[in-house]
Amino acid sequence: MTPAVSDPLLAAAHTSTTEAFGFWVLAPIAVLAALGMLFVRKAVHSALLLATTMIVLAVFYLAQSGPFLGIVQIVVYTGAVMMLFLFVLMLVGVDSSDSLVETLRGQRLTGLLLALGFGVLVVGALGRSAFDDVTVVGLGTANADGNVEGIARLLFTDYVLAFEVTSALLITAALGAMVLAHRERHTPRKSQRELSEERFRSDEHPGPLPPPGVYARHNAVDFPALLPDGSTSDLSVSRVLVARGDVQDVQPAVETTEQRSIEAGEAPEDVRPGPTQGGRY
Amino acid sequence: MGVQNYLYLSAILFTIGAAGVLLRRNAIVVFMCVELMLNATNLAFVTFARIHGNLDGQIIAFFVMVVAAAEVVVGLAIIVTIFRTRRSTSVDDANLLKY
Repeated sequence: MTPAVSDPLLAAAHTSTTEAFGFWVLAPIAVLAALGMLFVRKAVHSALLLATTMIVLAVFYLAQSGPFLGIVQIVVYTGAVMMLFLFVLMLVGVDSSDSLVETLRGQRLTGLLLALGFGVLVVGALGRSAFDDVTVVGLGTANADGNVEGIARLLFTDYVLAFEVTSALLITAALGAMVLAHRERHTPRKSQRELSEERFRSDEHPGPLPPPGVYARHNAVDFPALLPDGSTSDLSVSRVLVARGDVQDVQPAVETTEQRSIEAGEAPEDVRPGPTQGGRY
Repeated sequence: MGVQNYLYLSAILFTIGAAGVLLRRNAIVVFMCVELMLNATNLAFVTFARIHGNLDGQIIAFFVMVVAAAEVVVGLAIIVTIFRTRRSTSVDDANLLKY
C-alpha cells in the first residue's frame, strides 16, 4: 500500500489505506442491503435497500477515479430510477407483498441452489485468475485532462455511433411507455346521474360509508366503528389501513358494553365477545 | 487491499440479484433484482477500466446505465398494464400463455 496521494485522479493505480478502509466499511453494507432485498416482505423496503446498495456503489465509482459515473449513478439510479420504482409501487398499492405459495413445487430450493452454484462458480473463477501478475495501470494518464473530458472525448469519437443509437433507444422507450400506460376509453364517461342510478339499482348501500369509531379514549381513523350489536364495522376503516395491519382493536370497548348490559341485568345475547369480521356495514 | 476485491464484491452482488430474480414472486421486486445485477456488472466494468488504464470500461458502464433507464421505463409500464387487467403484480398470476 502506498501513502495516499493528494489528487484522487492520480491515486488510482494502487489502493490507498483510506480506500481500503472505505471498502471494508461500505462493502458489507452493500452486501447486507442486497441480501435484505431477498428477505424483506414489503416491496417498499426492498426499494430502500436497493437504493442503499446503489449509493454505496456510487461511492466506489468515485473512489475508483470515475467521478462522472459516480455522480450519474446517484442522479440517474438513486434519483430517477428508484423514484420511478416508488411511484409504481404507489400506483400498484403498498400492500403488494409476496405470496408464499409455490406455484412450481420446490422452486424456492432449486432457485437457491442454482444461485449458490452460480456464485461459487464466479467467485471460484475470480479466485483462480492470477491477479498478482497484473499491474494495475490506474486512470492517472487517462484522466489527465479530467474524467469528464476523457469520457467526452471517447464518447464523441470512438463511440459516437453507439451514442446516437442511444438517443433512438430513449425515444422509443419513452414512446413505448406512453403507449403501454395509455388507456383508450371505449365507452362514454358516465354522468353523475347515471352513476347515482346505478348505485341505487345495485344492492350495495347507497349512502356514504360509516365514519371510524369515536370513543372516549380514541377517535383516530384506525379504530373501527361499533355497530349496534357490538361488532365492528369493516367499512368504517380505510382499506389501506386494513392491508397494512394498522387497524386497532376495540376489544375493551366491547367488553365495557358487555359489562354494562350485565350490570343492567340483561343477558348479553346480542353482544359478541370480540370484533367480528365480514359485516357489511 | 487488491483491486480484485471490487470484482469479488461485484460477483457477490450479481449472485444476490440472480437469487432474487429466481426466488421473489413480486414482479417489481424481481425487476429491482435485475437492476442490482446491472449495477454489479457496472462495478466490474469500472474496476476493469482502472486495471487496464483506459476509460472504455467507464464508457460501457455509462451505456449500461442508459439502457437500464430505458428498460426500467418500459418494464414498469408493462407491470402497470398487467396490474390493471389482472389486479396483481405476482409473476405467478401472469400465466395466460401457459396453455
